Amino acid sequence: MRQFIDSLIFAAVLVGLWQGLHWFAGDIAIASPGVTAERAWQMVGTASFWAHFRETFSALGYALAIAVLGGMTIGLLLGLHRLSGEVAEPILVSLYSLPKITLYPLILLIFGLGMSAKVAFGAIHGIIPIAIFTMGAVKTIAPVYFKTARVLQLTRRQLVTTVVIPAAIPELVSGLRVGFSLTLLGVLIGEMFASQRGLGYLVMNAIGTLDVPTMMAVVLMLALVAVAISATLLYLDRRLHHRAA
Amino acid sequence: MNRVVWIRTAVVVGFILLLELLCRYGVIGRMTMIPPSEMATHLWRLLQSGRANADIAETLSNVAVAFASAVVGGFVIGSILHSVPRLRRAVDPFLATYYAIPFFAFYPLLVVIFGLNAAPIILIGFLFGVVAMIINTMNGLDRIPRVLIKTARVNGLGPVRTAWLIKLPSAAPQLFTGIKLAIAYSFIGVIAAEFIMSTSGLGYSIAFAFNNFDNRTMYALMLFIITLVTIVNAFFHVWERRIMARRGR
Amino acid sequence: MAASVVEMSAPRNRGVIRESQGSAASAEIHAEMTGIKRIYPATGGGPGVHALGPVDLKLARGEFYSVVGPSGCGKSTLLDVLAGLSAPTEGHILFEGREVAGKVPPGVGVVFQEDAAFPWLTVEDNIAFGLRRAGTDAAEVERRVAYAIGFMGLKDFRKAYPSQLSGGMRQRVCIARTLVMQPRLILLDEPFGALDAQTRLLMGDELLKLWRETGATVMLITHALDEAAMLSDRIGVMSARPGRLIADIRTDWPRDRDSRIAAEESFGQITSQLWRLLRDESVKAAGMAGAKG
Repeated sequence: MRQFIDSLIFAAVLVGLWQGLHWFAGDIAIASPGVTAERAWQMVGTASFWAHFRETFSALGYALAIAVLGGMTIGLLLGLHRLSGEVAEPILVSLYSLPKITLYPLILLIFGLGMSAKVAFGAIHGIIPIAIFTMGAVKTIAPVYFKTARVLQLTRRQLVTTVVIPAAIPELVSGLRVGFSLTLLGVLIGEMFASQRGLGYLVMNAIGTLDVPTMMAVVLMLALVAVAISATLLYLDRRLHHRAA
Repeated sequence: MNRVVWIRTAVVVGFILLLELLCRYGVIGRMTMIPPSEMATHLWRLLQSGRANADIAETLSNVAVAFASAVVGGFVIGSILHSVPRLRRAVDPFLATYYAIPFFAFYPLLVVIFGLNAAPIILIGFLFGVVAMIINTMNGLDRIPRVLIKTARVNGLGPVRTAWLIKLPSAAPQLFTGIKLAIAYSFIGVIAAEFIMSTSGLGYSIAFAFNNFDNRTMYALMLFIITLVTIVNAFFHVWERRIMARRGR
Repeated sequence: MAASVVEMSAPRNRGVIRESQGSAASAEIHAEMTGIKRIYPATGGGPGVHALGPVDLKLARGEFYSVVGPSGCGKSTLLDVLAGLSAPTEGHILFEGREVAGKVPPGVGVVFQEDAAFPWLTVEDNIAFGLRRAGTDAAEVERRVAYAIGFMGLKDFRKAYPSQLSGGMRQRVCIARTLVMQPRLILLDEPFGALDAQTRLLMGDELLKLWRETGATVMLITHALDEAAMLSDRIGVMSARPGRLIADIRTDWPRDRDSRIAAEESFGQITSQLWRLLRDESVKAAGMAGAKG
């Protein structure tokens, strides 16, 4: 409880800092927390906001589905086959640390403007961390579980579905959390350049018209939704890790 | 070199050759991608002509500043949070969900505040890298075995020598992870910021080339960034391996 | 109990230490290893590691056999090879007359030292795990699990998760999971190595009870001499690496025994005899470890 209050105090300090920045930088640069909240409230009441919101989150949904399915499959295969895992790991890590935005033109050239480009861009951001986490999770499964599976005469398929996946689940949730954040980032970057719809577009559009409160309201809402989803996954993550410990 | 390294090299080379063939035989159209060999020759010419030098220098210096401040700042903040448990518990939920915040959406805001110069770019790189360093610093400090601290006390080491001789080396693996992430994230942050809105730098040049249908320059620069980041990564990978091997892990 | 002491209290030259073969020859042979060697291939230019052998071993049906040896002597490798978990470099393994090759044969159960209880399953589901995968019908699963839970004293924990149990309780879950498969040969790889001394004694009694109830053949790998002396019909002593069986000791305890046997005079004799045999080997093993580190 005290921790919760401390966290609230910290949040209040952040809002205070924001207000301070507003006083320092002026209305043109930063809208005050009050004005931003008010604009956010207004926008939530409009249908067009929800259209953009749906656009962004459906792109996120598709991208995340691709990233999770693809990443987990790649990670499982590489985790179960030791040599492939050793070969692939540094390649994956380097792909992870690559500024994927440089590949954006390529994605646009392949997919053209619109939904599919956003989805593809989100997916390439999310798939690699999910693959890395999954591979790590499978590789760190206690060897005695595999021995147990052999003693109990499990088939390959039973091994994967009843031992490997359950054993890896806590780590998979951690990977999902990272994958979610990066996929959202990818989708938003996609929207910032190559779209006429979505929250990323709203931000860029607001910049174009120097509508600072709108821009900040959108960013604020995005951040809140993202943090809420991430916090839910974090809660799940900690519970699962706790049970495994 | 061992077998794994050979196979890995073969996989990468094979992939590049495949791309080359697909591009040469028109399976991938020229409007989409040029063959890797052309990217390389064009990059070579670009580097020789010196036209890209200013952009390269600018991007690299931005990355360097963002990286250095993220590492130093992250280490200091991480150490402070580690030593004030109450503050740490209060901040913890914010750190844990930090990377869920879509940073680049903040970038335009920073441009409005700081103007269209290097400051918002470096700041994005810093913001992207610093939290990874904070988290890993705290992890590293958490994992120092208590018995080592006791050994330091038994041997009569003062706080400074304990920090330097005991805490730093035993937290090194996690600090290293933090540093690796910080460099990767600084690169990502800086180049993305340049790409989104800027007047110079590698990210900007790629975006500019893209908008002007100058695929050769665009792919040459993309190749440059990919190669550079890969080399930096490989360097850290090898270094880390060495350190960890000495510790028998 | 008096009858069992006879042979042990006799002078040592009456053949208490025998050749490692032949002692089980009279009874029906349940499992047999001949000429087993395990050599780990060289990595990075160095020579390969000769971990085990040559080993010849016969296990009589229903006997309780233990293997003791210095650390790193290849005891666990021996068990892995017998279980079909890893293939020998040379030699043959027969279980119930059939060749064991690269696969764990049905009828063999293994309990490991490491915590092998699945943390994502309840005690009950852990125990039922193998049966369910094998497609045993629900009523039979129910019946066998209920029996194993009762037998291992886990009644109050059937719905608990392993993380809520002590190390000893978790190991009981693993033993129960093996028990429900009704194995005819039970291999235990230092199953109590991670437990405290008192818990080990109690678990030893449970193990004896299980052995009597099931009539299974048991092979126990252990580094604890007293554990081997207390539980076994027969004890194999292994040399330092590469592990070979250098002695075979028969205890002649009655089948109906428990940890109170530790108070017997001959118990002390067996233990000290084991230590005499192992002392030099342990010194060798420790020296090797020292040179390597």
